Amino acid sequence: MYRQTLTQLAADLRARRVSSVELVRAFLARIEASQRDLNAFVTVTAEQALAQAEAADRALAAGRGGALEGVPFGHKDLFCTAGVRTTCGSRMLERFISPYDAAVVSRLKAAGAVMLGKLNMDEFAMGSSNETSYFGPVRNPWNRALVPGGSSGGSAAAVAARLLPAATATDTGGSIRQPAAFCGVTGIKPTYGRVSRYGMIAFASSLDQAGVIAASAEDAARVLREMAGFDPRDSTSVDAPVPDYLAGLDQPLSGLKIGVLKEFFDTGLDAAYERCVREALQVFERLGASVREVSLPNIPLSVPVYYVVAPAECSSNLARYDGVRFGHRCAEARDLEDLYKRSRSEGFGAEVKRRIMTGTYVLSAGYYDAYYLKAQRVRRLIAADFERAFGEVDLLMGPTTPTAAFELGAKVADPITMYLNDIYTIGANLAGLPAMSVPCGFAAGLPAGLQIIGPHFAEARLLNAAHRYQRETDWHLRIPEAYA
Amino acid sequence: MALTREQVENIAHLARLELEPAEIPRFQQNLSSIVEFIGELERAETAGIAPMAHPLPGLTQRLRPDAVTEPDERELYQQNAPQVAAGLYLVPKVIE
Repeated sequence: MYRQTLTQLAADLRARRVSSVELVRAFLARIEASQRDLNAFVTVTAEQALAQAEAADRALAAGRGGALEGVPFGHKDLFCTAGVRTTCGSRMLERFISPYDAAVVSRLKAAGAVMLGKLNMDEFAMGSSNETSYFGPVRNPWNRALVPGGSSGGSAAAVAARLLPAATATDTGGSIRQPAAFCGVTGIKPTYGRVSRYGMIAFASSLDQAGVIAASAEDAARVLREMAGFDPRDSTSVDAPVPDYLAGLDQPLSGLKIGVLKEFFDTGLDAAYERCVREALQVFERLGASVREVSLPNIPLSVPVYYVVAPAECSSNLARYDGVRFGHRCAEARDLEDLYKRSRSEGFGAEVKRRIMTGTYVLSAGYYDAYYLKAQRVRRLIAADFERAFGEVDLLMGPTTPTAAFELGAKVADPITMYLNDIYTIGANLAGLPAMSVPCGFAAGLPAGLQIIGPHFAEARLLNAAHRYQRETDWHLRIPEAYA
Repeated sequence: MALTREQVENIAHLARLELEPAEIPRFQQNLSSIVEFIGELERAETAGIAPMAHPLPGLTQRLRPDAVTEPDERELYQQNAPQVAAGLYLVPKVIE
């Protein structure tokens, strides 16, 4: 039953063909069996999950329950979960027990989803390979010598290995789409402000957004429908109606205008990966869409813009970890400054320190205009490129990443090489646009991802296009042999 | 642009981080290459372009009414604190 999609599982639960307790036990067994090899979880909440599953079965027996009642689920470990530790992949929060649930967690709980555990991730979501986690790297289920991508590597690996039908994830510069591409699963980063960030540990506040990783676009739509919507507790949450993402699936694609992102094919794209993406575009043409090339002239500057804006915001957001109110505290501090410095230095890993220091530098006296304001100006140029493009086409498409998954350790020595991995994904974050990654084939045996980017609040259009594509292809149904 | 050891130490101090002497050269090298990389932005023509702080056009952050909405949860929150006494967070002595 682990091979079934979330949509099928939800229907089976509703029809009482299977119980939530049975499903939860089956997935927990898979999690346990895989943990040594994949390390996808930081915390497994078996007892709570079984208790919640029993409650879900009672609700279902009484003909009650939400849209996801009894469905096994997981949360990236940067969503606060009341009474369950929330580490954000960091030693800093190794023993942090959240006093409250994130909005996403309480919404999915209200919909009936059963949490099986908290998923591993790059420390404070800063990384593209899951190697910066204090709890050790996650491995790619397609080949355990490879990284699963990051920062939502645990979420992507768990769904790929069918340890869970779906999981939450977050995306600041590609952290949903890049691991989804590397692991051969479907991920959606909604529009900035679409999903509440209340209780989501902050990294870069003008970029962060919560989303979902699932086996299919239909499953992602089913989960996103429960997650999205206005929340007064998040000042960036947008008060706009949420369309029924499920009802919007299965619309014909005839007449859909697709722009192919010229710059994404210019340099550095792996040839076999490119073939997968080009073949996917042909599927859309067969479905009646028209495909033309579109240029975003400023997009090559998106990585340097990001590596000013994101570290600047991170240095500010992570100032709260001071060893005083929560989080790691060093032993025997001499004075307050020593307490701050040693607590932070012991609690944060090298990549987090690099980002904090980069941010501190670009915000410091004498450099603010040259770096931070300059980056914000270029950010507007990039956003304007997208706006122009969406005046001509309905959706933009291209590869999610320049290559398929790489080996563990291959890029840890040089931060810039690692940063360039997000070259195709960062633009959507800078412009606040919704974007997806959809499995589109295999490049030398490893999953390749098709990226789909839409105008603000066009999640329904993205999900429909992805769903129509997945009705014509079966890449999203492939499961790594070791977990099939 | 290469950052000097002193610059790196100063940045670390501003960020309230303490680097081991042995790890400073690595941070110096990493940060220098990052600064060089983001220096690419200099080439972009941005005269007359306003800085963009919010990714949605025309939107700024909402402010909520200045009203009390949260109950006192001090005890709950302090369960995560490294050191408390009588409802207060403890830190090393600040004033002699």
